[in-house]
Amino acid sequence: MAKRATPEINASSMADIAFLLLIFFLVTTTMDVDTGIQRQLPPIPENKDQKTDVEVNKRNIYLVLVNSRGNISVNQSWMDIDKLREDAKRFINCDRADDPTLPEMEEITVEGIKGPVKTSKGIISLQNDRGTTYGRYIEVQNELVAAYNEVRNEAARKYFNKPYDELNDEQQEAIRKIYPQRISEAEPKNYGGK
Amino acid sequence: MAVMGKKKKKTLGAISTASLPDIVFMILFFFMVSTTMREVELLIELKGSDLPTATEIKKLEKKSLVSYIYVGKPLQQYQKTYGTEPKIQLNSSFAELSDIYEYILAERAERDEAEVPFMTTSLKVHKDTKMGIITDIKQELRKASALKINYSARQDMGY
Repeated sequence: MAKRATPEINASSMADIAFLLLIFFLVTTTMDVDTGIQRQLPPIPENKDQKTDVEVNKRNIYLVLVNSRGNISVNQSWMDIDKLREDAKRFINCDRADDPTLPEMEEITVEGIKGPVKTSKGIISLQNDRGTTYGRYIEVQNELVAAYNEVRNEAARKYFNKPYDELNDEQQEAIRKIYPQRISEAEPKNYGGK
Repeated sequence: MAVMGKKKKKTLGAISTASLPDIVFMILFFFMVSTTMREVELLIELKGSDLPTATEIKKLEKKSLVSYIYVGKPLQQYQKTYGTEPKIQLNSSFAELSDIYEYILAERAERDEAEVPFMTTSLKVHKDTKMGIITDIKQELRKASALKINYSARQDMGY
């Protein structure tokens, strides 16, 4: 076989090809990461005749209503959104003395934390009108979730001397046992038309 | 350039472009790694700034297990046929409330059985939408027992 020198391939169009690919990816992809508020919906009760509303003591309910104009009321009195977080925290917090205006508490033992700890039986019930805007609804949701996160953070610092995010999985589980996130999104009621 | 040769004997050689492909490839790989494929062509008005803002947000993980439901006003060119009331978009077409159940079942059938409990439904909703339609969607999702949902929201930058 004759030994032929392989001619060098002209690579000057390589840049053009690479640019083409680059532009293709720039156009078809997006940079944004998907973020949002995680929520768990309640399952539909299997037995329709079954009474869905579990009787809860009145002091254990934190009833948040949002009307079609975006006004918020908590337990039948108007509330400013700036004050909602603090107020909800006061309701959730169970590191306190017994108070007839705040929810009942019970003592439980949690793995990883010494001695019995108190946990409250409080439930936050969030109800909205069909005319409420989604933006307002998310704002209110956000404040309630923030209240839970802040209270959990305080508990994490108290028991483990670390913020909640830096705890390991078992420790987070323990904190979640003390402060379970109980935000119930009730079925809507039509208060003021569309 | 040859004219300039009078002043100086040296002429400027052409800049070597041999490393240009390397540089472009580097940028290309950066974009390939750091971006995600656009999921669908949106038929409704939903820019990034139309999503509500929140501070307590979490990143959506395992994108392959996420199904999306878009809600918003139809784009200008579809308003003649679909009106200006908020509509639901599933995949790349407009849908009715009753289609959600089927959609969730179809999404579920595509996934491995072991992964089904981890599936999340992401609601991407324009912030001016009324809650009525969202509540109906939530009821449909409950019927389909797709209970893990994620209200898509942007990070609130504090202004």
